[in-house]
Amino acid sequence: MTERFDILVVGAGPAGAAAAACAAESGRSVGLVDDNPSAGGQIWRSGGHLPEQAQTWLARLQGSTVTRLQGWRVVDCPAPQVLRAEKTGGTERDGYCADFGYKTLILATGARERFLPFPGWTLPNVMGAGGLDAMVRGGLPVAGKRIVVAGTGPLLLAVAAHLAERGAQIAAVCEQAGMARLVRFATRMMSEPGKLWQGAGYSMRMGPGRLKMGCWPVAARGDDRLRVVTLRQGAKQRDVECDYLGCGFHLVPNTEMPAMLGCQLADGFVVTDAMMRTTVTQVYCAGEPTGIGGVDLSLLEGQIAGFAAAGHVAQAQELARRRQTRLGFVRALEQVCALDPQLRKLAAEETIVCRCEDVRFGALRHRANWREAKLHTRCGMGPCQGRICGAATEFLFGWGADSVRPPVFPARVSSLANLPGGSADADTRFVAAGALSEHSKETA
Amino acid sequence: MPETVRSIVLTINGAVATVAPGTTVAAAVAMAAAATRTSASGEPRGPLCGMGICFECRVTIDGVPHQRSCQILCAPGQRVTTAESGARGRR
Repeated sequence: MTERFDILVVGAGPAGAAAAACAAESGRSVGLVDDNPSAGGQIWRSGGHLPEQAQTWLARLQGSTVTRLQGWRVVDCPAPQVLRAEKTGGTERDGYCADFGYKTLILATGARERFLPFPGWTLPNVMGAGGLDAMVRGGLPVAGKRIVVAGTGPLLLAVAAHLAERGAQIAAVCEQAGMARLVRFATRMMSEPGKLWQGAGYSMRMGPGRLKMGCWPVAARGDDRLRVVTLRQGAKQRDVECDYLGCGFHLVPNTEMPAMLGCQLADGFVVTDAMMRTTVTQVYCAGEPTGIGGVDLSLLEGQIAGFAAAGHVAQAQELARRRQTRLGFVRALEQVCALDPQLRKLAAEETIVCRCEDVRFGALRHRANWREAKLHTRCGMGPCQGRICGAATEFLFGWGADSVRPPVFPARVSSLANLPGGSADADTRFVAAGALSEHSKETA
Repeated sequence: MPETVRSIVLTINGAVATVAPGTTVAAAVAMAAAATRTSASGEPRGPLCGMGICFECRVTIDGVPHQRSCQILCAPGQRVTTAESGARGRR
């Protein structure tokens, strides 16, 4: 099955939702493809209170003519101006795989958390900070549970406040950045007092004295799941009993799809002009993949891309001027979240770095680069295709990423071959760029 | 939390589980205190990213393996099996 749109938007977070709504309101036929059960992305995830801004935009999207393709994951680009997607969780033989054609593409693929390996980080109930929040919004009850939130970035306080609202006991929020850096950041943010008050409000909600600066987890212990986290702050170290650890070190952009399509990247981010056009003709990019700037900047970029792609240049230019004044926030955020070099010492020899293939730090630290590590250890060759360990090894060893080849996510053989319906056997097989663990060790 | 009439009944490793509508399979598995998978070297694993990126939450749903449970909502009658239930679903 192939559907064609004037404008196809990938990702239904703030940038994608705004882009799709603006393009559709400009009279274009618009498709919005997203791999989650509902629109909103990670920041406006359903299952709990949504800010007014989110409600407004999601209502605007709902009231538009946008064809919402929710629960579809883009895996391939089988032909120019065509993306192929699989239905998430689909068990039907028919209609499982679909092609979406477009004249213009807007990529709003968002960001993921950066995870750093430390002893015990692979234990069940050690999750990302946003990962834990997503689980809670997905129905995991945390009332009465003791939780440590750790890592770096504004997400930590937002997550801790939300978990506290749900009745969790926040044992500590550990921010790796030192107090001096936070003060500098706050000074720069005086021009945006809204963001400062938001942060202060979060701190109040989780209880006094819970925020530890220059602090991070050095170990997690437990039997079949997490029981104790060891936190270090300066020279001090202490054990904290807890049920969950939500730990994420700021965000890294999801650039696999732009890279697959040939868009130029610089310093890990997608290069665009003021109209959010990438270096590939008729491909726009908006939101976190162009620079981690949060929801307000993502909304602006989405609107610019949506209007520009629909040919409403005057509206796009007006918004582009407003965007320019906000780009300073991207740099300020990057500076405050810059990782402390001491975090490179968290992993021990036997600490797993690549969770898909269970490749340990000791097997990696003498490797010259990412490619050599992949070839010799299978690091980054599992189903996540290096999305988790790639961001870690970039920080740990300074390794850069490889080129991206389709499929951009593990996909079924039948989807890639476009076998009509696909046989039952082919349907349950995966192929990844590098094969899914089938040839790797069964046991250590 | 009081169960509503609209609660969803599914099975996790053969045991009946009742959840509220909107619950992800990953959350349902976590409530049943089951790890989602066993790693290559035999470690129990649970969800990490919560957004379909890390593949740690993959389980078998209605016979289809490698489903990312954090992006799939519970549905009535769904049969979920994790690595803990035996060899099937390993990795």
